[in-house]
Parts: sequence; C-alpha cells; structure tokens
Amino acid sequence: MIELREVTKVFHEGLPNELRAVDGVSLTIAPNRITVLRGPSGSGKTTLLSMIGCLARPTSGRILLHGRNLSGLPERFLTAVRRETFGFTFQRFNLIQGLSVLANVMLPAYPLAPDHGELVARARALLAQFGLKDKEAARVEWLSGGEAQRTAICRALINDPEVLIADEPTANLDSRLSREFMGIMDGLKAAGRTLILTSHDPEVFEADCVDRVVTLHDGAVLDP
Amino acid sequence: MSHPLRRQRYLIDFTLASLWRRRGKNLGLLGVYGLIVFLLASVMLFSQALRREAGLLLEGAPAVTLQRLLAGRHDLIPGDYLTRIGRLRGVSDQYGRLWGYFYDPAVRANYTLMVPRDREVAQGEVLIGAGIARTRGLGPGDVLSLRSAGGTAFAFRVAEVLAAEAELVSADLMLVGEGDFRTFFGIPAGMYTDLALEVRNPREVRTVAEKLVTLLPDTRPILREEILRTYDALFQWRQGIVFVLLAGSLLAFVIFAWDRASGLSAEERREIGILKAIGWETGDVLRMKFWEGALVSLAAFLLGYLAAYAHVFLADAALFAPVLKGWAVLYPQFRLVPYVDGLQVATLFFFTVFPYTVATLIPIWRAATTDPDAVMRG
Repeated sequence: MIELREVTKVFHEGLPNELRAVDGVSLTIAPNRITVLRGPSGSGKTTLLSMIGCLARPTSGRILLHGRNLSGLPERFLTAVRRETFGFTFQRFNLIQGLSVLANVMLPAYPLAPDHGELVARARALLAQFGLKDKEAARVEWLSGGEAQRTAICRALINDPEVLIADEPTANLDSRLSREFMGIMDGLKAAGRTLILTSHDPEVFEADCVDRVVTLHDGAVLDP
Repeated sequence: MSHPLRRQRYLIDFTLASLWRRRGKNLGLLGVYGLIVFLLASVMLFSQALRREAGLLLEGAPAVTLQRLLAGRHDLIPGDYLTRIGRLRGVSDQYGRLWGYFYDPAVRANYTLMVPRDREVAQGEVLIGAGIARTRGLGPGDVLSLRSAGGTAFAFRVAEVLAAEAELVSADLMLVGEGDFRTFFGIPAGMYTDLALEVRNPREVRTVAEKLVTLLPDTRPILREEILRTYDALFQWRQGIVFVLLAGSLLAFVIFAWDRASGLSAEERREIGILKAIGWETGDVLRMKFWEGALVSLAAFLLGYLAAYAHVFLADAALFAPVLKGWAVLYPQFRLVPYVDGLQVATLFFFTVFPYTVATLIPIWRAATTDPDAVMRG
C-alpha cells in the first residue's frame, strides 16, 4: 500500500519563478488495483507520479510504502527501492536508441547483476508474453509505436516489480493500441500487480479495468 | 563469477555497446588520440634507444682522452708525452691515437679517418664504412682516390666494407695504416692526434685527470663520463625540439579531448536520465562512463604505442630520424635495438590515459547526480 500525506512539491523555491506543482496531496493507493491520475496539462500528475515512483523527493509531506517513509531516504536507498518496487513506462517510451529490444529490456537488471543466462531467459519469456519474440534482435528505432510500448512494458517488468508506473502511456498510440494497452494492464492486475497511470485519455480512465480515478487540478486533488 | 565482478561485466558490456553505437565519433577520437600517443611515444622510444646505443658504444671509448691545446685550440700531441706521464697510479694502459676528418668535395661529405689499434691495415689499403661504400658506390677491391693534404692524389684499395651493425659510428669511417695516415695528412712521425688512457678503477678517473693537468699544463683531459653526459644533453635537447614542434598538435588534442569529454550531448544526457530512472545508481552511471573513458584511452594508448614501436624499431623512425639522429650527408642506416623504458611508458600513460579518463568523469558526475525525474518531463 502506498500512502501520501500532505505531499507538496515546489520548483524554484524562493525564486520569482517559484512553481507549486503539487500542493498538499493526501492519498492512499490500494495494492493490486489500477489507479489513474487524471487531469489537464500542468495539473501536477506527472510530478506526483515521479514522487510516488521515487524519481523525485517531495518538498514537504511524506510518502509511505507499506508504512515505511520513503521521503527521507538517501539517494542510494531510494534507488534501491525504485529498482526493486517500481517499474516505469514513459510517455515517449524512453528506450535507448541503437540497442536491441532484448538489451533494452535487460537494462534495469544490470546493477543487480543476476546470472546472465537466467536474465536472458527472463527477458525472452517477457518478450514472448507480449508478442515480441521475433523482435528481440531488432533495434528499438525500427519498432512501431505499439511494439515500442510493449518493449517498454517488458523493460518495466524485468525486475518483477510490485508496482508498475505509466506516465501518459497512450499519448503516442492510436485508440486500437490504447485499448490493447489497457488489456495488458488488466492482465498485469490479474497477475497481482499494482498499477498507477497518469492520463487524460478517456480510453484509459474510462476503461473497465480501472479501479480508481484521481482527478488533479492545479496540483491538488479535486475528489479525494 | 562473483556479484561485483558480474556487475562490472554488465557495465563493460553496456559501455562497449554504447561505444559501438557512436562508432563514427569514437573511432575518430581513437584515431586522433592514438596519433598523439604514436607521435609522443615515437620520439621517446627513438631518443631513448639512441641514447642507450650511444652509451653502449662509448663503453668502448678510453676512460680519459688527453688532447694538447695550442692557443686554446686542439693541436697534435707529441708521443713523448707518454713518457712524461710515466707510471701514474691506477692507469692500466696508455697509447697515442691517430684520427682526423677529411672533406670529400665529390660527395660533399666528411669522412673520419682512423688508424685502428686492434688490427693492422696494409699500406695502400683502406677499410670503409657502409655509408661511404653506399655514397661512392664502392666495394672490396675498388680504388678510392682522394686528394691528400699535400695536394697529391692518393689511391686506396678498398680491402673491406665495415659491418653494418655498428653503422651509427662507422658509416663515415675509413680505417687506414699508420704510414698512410701520416703521409695523407702530413703528420710527422712521433706526433699523435691525442692520447688515450685506461683507468682500472672508475672512481680514480678524476684523480688521474687532475694529475695529468698538473703534469702536462698544455693539455686537456676529456673523460668518458663527460662525453656520455654531453650525448645525453644533446639527445634530450633534440627530443625537446621535437616536443616543441608537437606542442601545437598536443594542444589541439587537449582542446578536442576536453570538448569531447566535458560536453555531453543532449542524447547522452537523456540516456543517463533514462538509466537512472530505470534503477541505475549514480555510481553505476559513473562506473559505466569511467569504463568508456578508460577503454577509449587504453585502446588509443596501446595502438599508439605499438605503432610507435613498429615505427621506431621496424621502420627506422622514418618520420623523425633527420632531427633526432643529427644532420649529415652520410645518414647511417642502422636498426636500433628495441628497448622500452618502464618509467617512460608509465609517464606517457599517466599523461595521456589519466587526464582523459578524469575529464570524461567530471561532466558525467554533474549529469548523473541530478534527479532522474527530468526524464519524465523530457
């Protein structure tokens, strides 16, 4: 379970261009559910998602994972939590150009240094599960949007994380691929994972598999 | 394989893949970097080998050479000085030497004429160095005709061409008999070019020299160790000249390397952000970039050094020979004995590999310590 208590994020604090991106958000995210953070551009959903996923620290407030406060952890420990607990897919997929699909999928596991044969087998199993078996040797820049999205999901799952975080996952997909993506999310929920998504795409927040939609506006939750 | 080792292996794997992805840029860098190492190492290897060669050759030179001075100029020395020296303590051998230079206008080159001590050269015969043989197109049995000091033509029959191994000193050498030497240069009997003294204990050389100056005030003793020092200074000076010439290219490389190493491209920055976001620690990114810098500079160092080794010891240092060997018409053709000085390799390594590797790390450190959430916004 992830709990947010009065979480605030201020950029350029004390400067004339100070920006309060997230303003006193308190929220509980239940495990094994799909939660969507919805809101217009600039509403603070990506910033909130970054803090939940340990990519950034709140300016004030606390974020607790299974009751453990993450906000005060030093960077090294935060990275370890991020690596072991969260898997990420980004709006532009953020795959590393020039590398093969297989290499991209295995990247998050490198710092953990598992046995190479075992890691390759795990990555291949994921690629097979997401219909990318024939693409493992292809360079990621040759992939279609849907294939790149699925590669990003495989990468997010390589360390077998408890929570999958997806930022605007359908922003670069057509509606057919968006529906396909939500089908994948449904499957992951069924497999016991927690999913947190940001989106302003109805294909996402109106999908049947979504358990909760949190609406954000100007950094605050509208309907807590 | 243990966990930390396997982790380094993963990082090196990724680094190699990264280098390969930007192969155009990295091969260019490797080329320029390798070229600089090649130039520096060539000069270092060559002058070091020359110095060593000169040192080895001078080991055969007498411990003390005694020259007579007349009005501050080198003059012929009478053989009876040997009797005046008499029996000096510590001197194991003393003898007069006959040698001189001859300018041959036909090929515009200077020859060194000498009367050898260890062999007898028959009257009218000459043993010549490979340089003279090449330039004048001579072989054993041919006749070498030169104009003597008295203005008359003097014909020598070539008895032998000296072996090429010692060409550094024998390229311009002519060995003749004592009688021919005296007649050719008009040197009266009993006079010598200089006297040579052998001293049993090297530590007594200076004492012997001091005694000689007192005993024979019109002479000047030249010690072997002084010649060695002069050679050393000369080669270092020449090495210095080449280094100055190389300074421009060296500076260009430093600027190039600094620019390459310190300026991260937007793509590289983005990649660092992605790696951090997917769970790489700052330390992992730094280690990965350390490997990148280390692999490029190590490869450049090895390639450059091996190429320099081949250039100096297999191709006779074709690029620098005129400056480093000296200026002469009769260029000696000789093959240096391969010699690598560990300290020099370490110095070159330290001044090339180390700065580059560090230069790559500084900007990465700055990029790698930023929060990874930038990638979410990117």
